[in-house]
Amino acid sequence: MDWTDDGEHADLRSGVRQICADFDGAYWRGLEPDAYPEAFIAALTRAGYLGALIPTEYGGGGASLTEASIILEEIAASGGNPSACHAQMYIMGTLLRHGSAEHKQRYLPAIAEGSLRLQAFGVTEPGAGSETTRISTRAERTPDGWIVNGQKIWTSRAMYSDLMLLLARTTPYDECAKPTEGLSVFLFDMRDAPGLTIKPIRTMMNHNTTEVFFDDVRLPHDALIGEEGRGFRYILDGMNAERILIASECIGDGRFLLERAVAYASGREVFGRAIGANQGVQFPLARAYAALRAADLVRFDAAARYDRGEACAAEANMAKLLASEASWAAANAALDTHGGFGFAVEYDIERKFRETRLYQVAPVNNNLILAYLGQHVLGLPKSY
Amino acid sequence: MKIAVCVKQVPDTWAEKRLRESDRRLDRESADGVLNELDEYAVEEALRLVEAHGGEVTIVSMGPERAAESVRKALSMGADAAIHVSDDGLAGSDALATSLVLARALDGRDFDVVIFGSESTDARMSVVPAMVAERLGWAMLTFAQKVDVDGTTVAIERAGDGETVSVRASMPVVLSVVEKINEPRYPSFKGIMAAKKKPVESLDIASLGLDAAAVGASGAWSEVADFAARPAKAAGTVVTDEGDGGAQVASYLVEQKLI
Repeated sequence: MDWTDDGEHADLRSGVRQICADFDGAYWRGLEPDAYPEAFIAALTRAGYLGALIPTEYGGGGASLTEASIILEEIAASGGNPSACHAQMYIMGTLLRHGSAEHKQRYLPAIAEGSLRLQAFGVTEPGAGSETTRISTRAERTPDGWIVNGQKIWTSRAMYSDLMLLLARTTPYDECAKPTEGLSVFLFDMRDAPGLTIKPIRTMMNHNTTEVFFDDVRLPHDALIGEEGRGFRYILDGMNAERILIASECIGDGRFLLERAVAYASGREVFGRAIGANQGVQFPLARAYAALRAADLVRFDAAARYDRGEACAAEANMAKLLASEASWAAANAALDTHGGFGFAVEYDIERKFRETRLYQVAPVNNNLILAYLGQHVLGLPKSY
Repeated sequence: MKIAVCVKQVPDTWAEKRLRESDRRLDRESADGVLNELDEYAVEEALRLVEAHGGEVTIVSMGPERAAESVRKALSMGADAAIHVSDDGLAGSDALATSLVLARALDGRDFDVVIFGSESTDARMSVVPAMVAERLGWAMLTFAQKVDVDGTTVAIERAGDGETVSVRASMPVVLSVVEKINEPRYPSFKGIMAAKKKPVESLDIASLGLDAAAVGASGAWSEVADFAARPAKAAGTVVTDEGDGGAQVASYLVEQKLI
């Protein structure tokens, strides 16, 4: 199977794979159901991969989004689960684009070297999922700073992060001319935030997600990033990067699943021949491969546009849509190919099957991507 | 301190390797090429020495074009520059010819220390480091599991069978290291990016001023006359323990003259 791009990134791929080789399937299985991959994250951090997207003037790697996407793809393709660390790579984007010089100097060098973890992004709430403007967590300005009250849900890695990037309402929904106004972004240290409670949520895959409660949590004035009321725009700015990176993880998942399935289908003999000779086994794998390669091209197109500073919302969304569907097709084909062994934990197929299923739902539901394409790219009437 | 580390690209240790019928040499297409694992320990030790004492590290490799990948890997770990000797006329070189080429590439460049991994995972001869030292006329410290530098003196702990020996020599010196010596670092993201821009000097037989007849297959003192595939593994002997398992194993070992 040929997965590589033009070879320009061969050294980067090889470097990531070298670290991943020391963290095999047994390592990832051993973390189930909810342990955090501390040793893996430490190795990646030491080698500078998690600070790759931070500019070199702040001690980061100065990577392009294309390079960052390759790092996450290779982790997934090796059988690892990059969800434990991808946020450390890209959440800082909001700080980088909209933070003050003082903010950037205070946080970015420490995030780049890994001494400060920025892995938690508090947006979704129990009463506001995809309709982000409906969030009700409130930050009120007082003479001493901000007081935050409310609740977030599906805030991943909050137990393993020092900092949280938080979206909160600073003006109530009803008092705003537009729903997208009155939202603000805050960056604060969760280790020093009395009134903050984090509760893990058990999920079907090891994702370290939580719900977070704010009960009169006091934040300093300078926790505010950028201008008050412009938070929704700031958050949107980071979404294209996130979608391209998630698409890359799906491509990696798909590679892993297909490589395992092809190896199994080539070696497993039933009725005197390899099961891969049967079209019922072979064709779903071939179809998934074609879908993954197509998604991969859109992902590289989206990443290249992003790196050139061009608009790429349509491409980023399409990459995430196509890649998550392709990896799911690969997951189903791999499970069918392995038969009963696909359900056996030690084969890692069922684990990847669970892990990659998430990305049709998060970080944005694929239906919302279709709605975006329908309305904003094709010019059809608004559906949501 | 100027340190050179000699590295070799070898077929992936875990791959199924093949010899070619036509010339009885390794079929390099049959396996991915990787940086010889023990050479990573040599690179790591060189980097640690310059981190502690200052200086620079140069990677030196003899090998075909694609060995450039392994040279870049060593550079991505943090070495400063590289010398890659590549020439079609070097194909088929034995250990003597290889040591001749490496010694010529190293000579006259004011290196204080040259470090090798103690063996390559393909040939496993462990003789090239000593041959290079002999050709250069330098002291040789082999199988180091610990290295200390004090001024111009290099002291090592030499790994032996059940004992260690302390040996020291004055620079310039050739070292070979064993895997106990350190834990090689992973190439970092910045290291990988920087490696693409580091200087790699390309040399060939002519630029080294070597006699083409002294290297490659024509200069080899040894030749593969014939080879055969490894015979399939025979079924082992199963000892069923019915109270006398230990005695059965012992008598088997006696039969094999192992005890």
